[in-house]
Amino acid sequence: MSLNSADIKRIAHLARIEVNDTEAEATLSKLTGILGLIEQMQAVDTTGIVPMSHSQDVTQRLREDVVTETNQRELFQSIAPSVEEGLYLVPKVIE
Amino acid sequence: MEWEVVIGLETHTQLQTKTKIFSGASTAFGSEPNTQACVVSLALPGVLPVLNQEAVKCAIKFGLAVNAEISPRSVFARKNYFYPDLPKGYQISQYELPVVGKGSMTIQVGSGEKAYEKTIRITRAHLEEDAGKSVHGAQEGMSGIDLNRAGTPLLEIVTEPDMRSAAEAVAYAKKLHDLVQWIGICDGNMQEGSFRCDVNVSVRPKGSEKLGTRREIKNLNSFKFMQQAIEFETRWQIETLEDGGTIQQATVLFNPDTGETRAMRSKEEANDYRYFPDPDLLPLAISESDISAVKAEMPELPEAMKARFEAQFGLAHYDANALTGSRATADYFVATVNAGSDAKLAANWVMGSISAKLNAEDKEISESPISSIALASLIKRIQDGTISNNAAKQVFEAMWTGEGDADQIIESKGLRQVSDTGAIEAIVDEVLAANALMVEEFKAGKEKAFNALVGQAMKASKGKANPAQVNEILKKKLGA
Repeated sequence: MSLNSADIKRIAHLARIEVNDTEAEATLSKLTGILGLIEQMQAVDTTGIVPMSHSQDVTQRLREDVVTETNQRELFQSIAPSVEEGLYLVPKVIE
Repeated sequence: MEWEVVIGLETHTQLQTKTKIFSGASTAFGSEPNTQACVVSLALPGVLPVLNQEAVKCAIKFGLAVNAEISPRSVFARKNYFYPDLPKGYQISQYELPVVGKGSMTIQVGSGEKAYEKTIRITRAHLEEDAGKSVHGAQEGMSGIDLNRAGTPLLEIVTEPDMRSAAEAVAYAKKLHDLVQWIGICDGNMQEGSFRCDVNVSVRPKGSEKLGTRREIKNLNSFKFMQQAIEFETRWQIETLEDGGTIQQATVLFNPDTGETRAMRSKEEANDYRYFPDPDLLPLAISESDISAVKAEMPELPEAMKARFEAQFGLAHYDANALTGSRATADYFVATVNAGSDAKLAANWVMGSISAKLNAEDKEISESPISSIALASLIKRIQDGTISNNAAKQVFEAMWTGEGDADQIIESKGLRQVSDTGAIEAIVDEVLAANALMVEEFKAGKEKAFNALVGQAMKASKGKANPAQVNEILKKKLGA
């Protein structure tokens, strides 16, 4: 699989990262290197091996369904750029 | 050309837990904005999600209720997208390995002669977190964000494209709505958004195996709207194709005011969620013993209860089905029987008079002014011959409007049936004497004359005579 700079621009857009043309070129060569490494790994026969979803062979511990968090709205909103009537204000998002 | 519509559903059910799926913040509905938004809900740097065991239990319950495979190992994944009500920039969901696998549910479509049953295949059900809410119009050019709902546990239930009409889709959605409440995993409150459906609709020439291009109707929170939306969408797709157009895959919204579906403005770029396993969460392991423990807590399921009603009480399949439509109805029926009512009479009253009144007044059975115990006390008066069926209807009406209990109303309205043989004989004698002509006709072989005489006797008793006894005494006196 090979990437071109349009792919880089698209991936950057999806991640909301601004890259200029120079950066895109540099990123292209780095990502291409990573894909090369992956291609190399894909040559290994992995038949019958369960895909790994975590580096440690342990499973999720569960939490009791008990309320432990208290209302700290004032504290949290003291660092927010803009709030009104308890709501965080952001630039309008409706289409 | 004859067309066939193909429908599949994705339903988001909010799970009835006290706290969020990955944090100990409360999930109570209707609190002041952001008072239940903890550090995890706000996605402050460095916080870690910890899975709520109750949410897992709910998923297992659902899996058991639809005879599904419950994955011994399932994985949480990040679904990446940017929206202000999702401060992490990703939703934690399940992608490749959902907690609940393939299952099925049998639905009843239509009523009366045309009713039929159909099995709908469940593809999967997975755990995920809800997003927050955007409030528009708080300030010019701004949106307000309330993160109280962010992190509320959801079970998303996905079907195969097995439904072939709006009626089937609605029947499935209603059955699912009943089931999740029955097993106690969701409160089913559609106004509050606890149960929301996305409906995938496509059409194809009848007989064709190939699926058409689908459009997804998002966020339907009423069965009526679902019916209207699917019907409109189906017509629109057929007309578009018949006019030589093509269907573009799209997400559409239903406008209840116009009854129309309309495509959302297409995004500049198609969604690319770039799912990957969430490194903050380890795989979820569910053992056989976890499943058995949940199984032991499960209530009797509607299918099992239906079979029991048929076997134990001799109810017809249709009746047993109607009574197990919701757990509240089933519980009401069982309580009526336990209070001493005959099961068949109880079934008739619950599905007849009670259900008609509730429908007329748009009430739930839990709001019935006549309790199951009160209904049983009325039915017992029919069983022991105190009142006739007709009188029982009057008593029922009076009980519904709160005039008192069955016995009080029977007394105050003088509805007690006359079962005193002597009194009935006297009435019958009078009737026979006054209607000599009818007696002659009967003796000459006119069967109808007998019924007319019964009618006269009932009338003479002002409807209070026990009809069975009138029949018997008349027969005896006429030597029939």
